[in-house]
Amino acid sequence: MAVVVKTYEPKFWDRFYLPAILKGLAITLTRIFVRKDTILYPEHKHVPAPGYRGLHRLNKHADGRIKCVACEMCATACPSNCITIEPSAAPWDDGEERYPIKFEINLLRCIYCGFCELACPKDAIELTEVYDFANYTRDSLVIDMDGLLEVYEVTSQGSIYTRQNAGQPVKVAQQL
Amino acid sequence: MSEALKNFGVVKAEEMVLNMGPQHPSTHGVLRLRIRTDGEIVSHIEPHIGYLHRCFEKHCENVTYPQVIPYTDRCDYLASMNNNHVYAMAVEKLMDIELPERVEYIRVIVAELQRIASHLMALGAMGLDLGGVTPITWTFRDRERILDLFEYTCGARLLYNYIWIGGLSHDLPPKFVQYANEFLDYFEKQIVEYDRILTYNKIFVERTADVGVLPVDVAISYGCSGPVLRGSGVNWDLRKNEPYSIYDRFEWEAAVGKGEVGTLGDCWDRYWVRVEEMRQSVRIVRQALAQLPKEGDVHAAIPKKIRPPKGEIYFRAENPKGDLGFYIISDGSPVPYRLKMRSSTFCNLSVLNEIARGWMISDVVAILGSLDIVLGEIDR
Repeated sequence: MAVVVKTYEPKFWDRFYLPAILKGLAITLTRIFVRKDTILYPEHKHVPAPGYRGLHRLNKHADGRIKCVACEMCATACPSNCITIEPSAAPWDDGEERYPIKFEINLLRCIYCGFCELACPKDAIELTEVYDFANYTRDSLVIDMDGLLEVYEVTSQGSIYTRQNAGQPVKVAQQL
Repeated sequence: MSEALKNFGVVKAEEMVLNMGPQHPSTHGVLRLRIRTDGEIVSHIEPHIGYLHRCFEKHCENVTYPQVIPYTDRCDYLASMNNNHVYAMAVEKLMDIELPERVEYIRVIVAELQRIASHLMALGAMGLDLGGVTPITWTFRDRERILDLFEYTCGARLLYNYIWIGGLSHDLPPKFVQYANEFLDYFEKQIVEYDRILTYNKIFVERTADVGVLPVDVAISYGCSGPVLRGSGVNWDLRKNEPYSIYDRFEWEAAVGKGEVGTLGDCWDRYWVRVEEMRQSVRIVRQALAQLPKEGDVHAAIPKKIRPPKGEIYFRAENPKGDLGFYIISDGSPVPYRLKMRSSTFCNLSVLNEIARGWMISDVVAILGSLDIVLGEIDR
């Protein structure tokens, strides 16, 4: 049996617990006059700091061509094996020789460590600030190349959460 | 007279087995406690673990050394920075890497901020378990500021992947020092407020003082560490006793329980050690921010190819919850041959049966809260 010793003996008045409760209430009541720390989430979104590691995107060149050359460095660096790439010869003559015909990221497997972003020699894959892309089915959380390029379209024009807070209807989750 | 007639009218209390968890809110995750009770009194507790087992150690044998770091994040997910730090130091020791000064300072700053965040969670959750709902909202509010600082530094709020082998993933962002100092100024006042609302609250003291006394010999024989061991009055802090990184450069004291209310080694002492440790962490971060070298490339010492030489190493360091150790065997390949993690909360939880026997079921909640377990680290 464990040691059961009583050395702490509450005073007579402490037994009522009322002074302790009132004291606690007095402390919490002072909080009414302090600026609140919470935000009303779905209406007002938290804007992450730059460099936040959220949903992925695939970057494009200025002429609309995909930056990815399907070297599969990101897939090698990935600790959770969530990137699937199928390379193919590029249809254009100038520029890179390879491009991906399939680029899939399983967002449920992804651990958002950011190694893919760092491994990429062409700055093609990038993690964006998007964090609210929950969905109902597992299939819908496997994002393909079109989805990744669409995320680029939406997120390349500045922070989507600042725009949403300003009242603009910007959505990323719908194409997932 | 028949047997049935002889026992007629005799009330006999028998022991009952009670399952607490795995969905019980006070078990801090998915832990099942099999409690044998005699009425309301606990006579035996058996923790059933493994609900969060993710094959961490086996998984590490299949990924390269840097790829292990995001997985160490997920062990003790309330103290990811410290896990990163210990693992990185273990591999660095194996590879004999000298670190730039600036890297060491930034590591200490983020590790100590993470220690504060982890202890805040422990305090709030313990208060919540004992019926005080306000403290957890306050500790979460302050923890949120630390997470905001981390988000600003490395782009993640919980699982950072920040401390790498030989360096850091990012340098500190501009104005970090200013923001961190502002936070510390704000936070020091908050600790006083926690003392007022929780630490010296009569109801809280009555629930925790004298409850679940952990004697020193039991603590040591079970391998307890961290605030659980120091709550029993043992001055054992690896940052002091086996200084690693640059902890010997700062002025601070290890928080050791004194038995201020009740017996030495009770739940209140373990709680108080965490509060005191937050104060000491604030001191360390202040000094580190003041001494932080301006120059230095955080990527300079990161090796191009991480292939530790053949050999093995055991490295341990002080995590918010106790001694965290990594035992790594390298066969010269880029993948660890074997990686064993010595988790502190596993040992701390094992002492539960020893200290909770003889107390009531409601005290088990207090004792479990004071042990501050994280199931991610226990099950790995």
